[in-house]
Amino acid sequence: MTAITQKNTFKQGRFLFGASIFLLCAWVLGPLYLLLVNTLSSPEVVNSFPKSLIPEFDFESLMFFAHFQGMLAALKNSVLVAGLTMILAIAIGAPAGYALSRFDFAGKELFRVMILLTRAFPLPLLALPLAVLFIRTGLDDTVFGLSLIHTTLALPFAVLITFSLFSGIPTELEEAAWTLGCTRYQAFAYVVFPLIVPGITASAIFAFVISWNEVFAAAVLTIENRTLTAFLLQNLDTSPLHLKFAGGFILVVPALIFIFAVRKYLFAMWGIANR
Amino acid sequence: MAEIKIKNVAKSFGSFQALKSIALNIADQEFMVLLGASGCGKTTLLRIIAGLEVMDSGEVWIGDRRVDHLPPRDRGIAMVFQNYAIFPHLTVFNNIGFGLKMSKLPEVEIKRRVEQNAELMHIEHLLSRYSGELSGGQRQRVAVARALAMQPEVILMDEPLSNLDALLRLEMRAELKGVLAESKTTAIYVTHDQVEAMSLADRISVMDRGEIVQAVSPTEVYRNPQTRFVASFIGNPPMNFLSAKQTSKGQWQVANQAFQGPQTQDKELVFAIRPEDLKPASSGLEAKVKIVEPLGPHLLVTCDVQGDLFRAVLDIDLTVASGDRLMLAPMQDRIRWFHPNTDKSVRV
Repeated sequence: MTAITQKNTFKQGRFLFGASIFLLCAWVLGPLYLLLVNTLSSPEVVNSFPKSLIPEFDFESLMFFAHFQGMLAALKNSVLVAGLTMILAIAIGAPAGYALSRFDFAGKELFRVMILLTRAFPLPLLALPLAVLFIRTGLDDTVFGLSLIHTTLALPFAVLITFSLFSGIPTELEEAAWTLGCTRYQAFAYVVFPLIVPGITASAIFAFVISWNEVFAAAVLTIENRTLTAFLLQNLDTSPLHLKFAGGFILVVPALIFIFAVRKYLFAMWGIANR
Repeated sequence: MAEIKIKNVAKSFGSFQALKSIALNIADQEFMVLLGASGCGKTTLLRIIAGLEVMDSGEVWIGDRRVDHLPPRDRGIAMVFQNYAIFPHLTVFNNIGFGLKMSKLPEVEIKRRVEQNAELMHIEHLLSRYSGELSGGQRQRVAVARALAMQPEVILMDEPLSNLDALLRLEMRAELKGVLAESKTTAIYVTHDQVEAMSLADRISVMDRGEIVQAVSPTEVYRNPQTRFVASFIGNPPMNFLSAKQTSKGQWQVANQAFQGPQTQDKELVFAIRPEDLKPASSGLEAKVKIVEPLGPHLLVTCDVQGDLFRAVLDIDLTVASGDRLMLAPMQDRIRWFHPNTDKSVRV
């Protein structure tokens, strides 16, 4: 009797588990699939009703962007800003992560909270004073200026991810290296660094994606040197539906691929062991 | 290949005094074991000698050099860590050769020394593996080989066997003893396991609450513990303690039995005897048997002597059951006396 009940409970549990997974997948993949279908459909099909669920592999909408005026410049800006953000976020974030993981200092806990608090201020609130400040210092409408803003956005994540990476490396490994003839820097270079390269790469890519996806600051702080997001936002507003889909697709896909590639390291940020 | 002198080393963590003015000399090629319960400061002392911990005051000398201002790499030490600390991104070969590479030895010499030490630790077939592919015992062997390959003046070991299972620990213990004797290196070994300490050490430093209580040979520490703490910490089952009253000069009454003891001014002392130094006899300490545990070669008998817990290790062939009354006669020359207030040993 108990065996049967247990079996039923087990079955029900499995069903609930499966259903939840299905719902979550549908929640994420459904819109993405529709985006894909509409991107790869001709304008007529996109605007017709009912819609087909099978893409017809019409590349017209995508080709439009290839020849769209300013598109390449915006793409170049996006890559530059994201690349610079990536470098800055790691260059500043990794040492902070190392310090948090290895040293005890006064106000350490407060510092950790403060890192998270930087995300508590909505960017629109800061946009006006920032814009004024940037115009005064001549940083407005520059790749470097925008990447500074994006670095502040990406930094908390960079610190938290690298903190968790460094914490995953036993102090004894460094100490062993010291006793085996290494200076502090050599121990870092020969022992710690090789072990965290994959994680650092992941954290860097995450910073890249944050910058790549960011649209508000990009739209406010750039005029001539727009990034792809800001550029498309500006232009798609007045574009026909099929171009909106294609533009959205162009924005989403690289970010998705990047995040998918580094997913296991992002779990590390929340303290889930990375394997 | 050097003697070690530790002079007045003290260390505090916040308000906690981890080490209170430690002084210790370790002879060249001596195998010194630091023994104590967790939190007694033994690992802190080892880490100070290694240079991994900064002391508050004192001096550390290795050979004729004062080293306490030097970084670990300039102290002529090598260390074996409790969790092995094998570099996971390097092969066993490169782990053992890591320190040699750092000291820029020629490739040929590195290869020779790595192979020699791998052979010594019986891991020559594992040289191309990574630590993830090794068992705990194999990792420990790599860690020891890596330390020995440095040909250090002093080898420091922090509970190196505590993560191994019992049988492996026994095997590694014997092997370690042989290998270290061969290497002619001065060794400092931290453990909380008294059996390990007894079996390995030339000399044991028993530590308690940041102080070295006694630093003598294993037999001496077992036979003549200097304090009641050492007496109860070393030996399993632990030493028995009963209170004693002086009836006349040098005559002491313990549980209604008269014993010859030290001639002191004290009215009371603590009488101490090891469980294996008791024999059933027609007269002696009257013990009410509570638990009888046959342990193969011996019988561990837990009894009650005038309300105090008392253990005796007796011959396995003795017929005794719970509830029996036994007369236990202590061997006169094995009786030890401690002062009830200072806990220090009182000589007869």
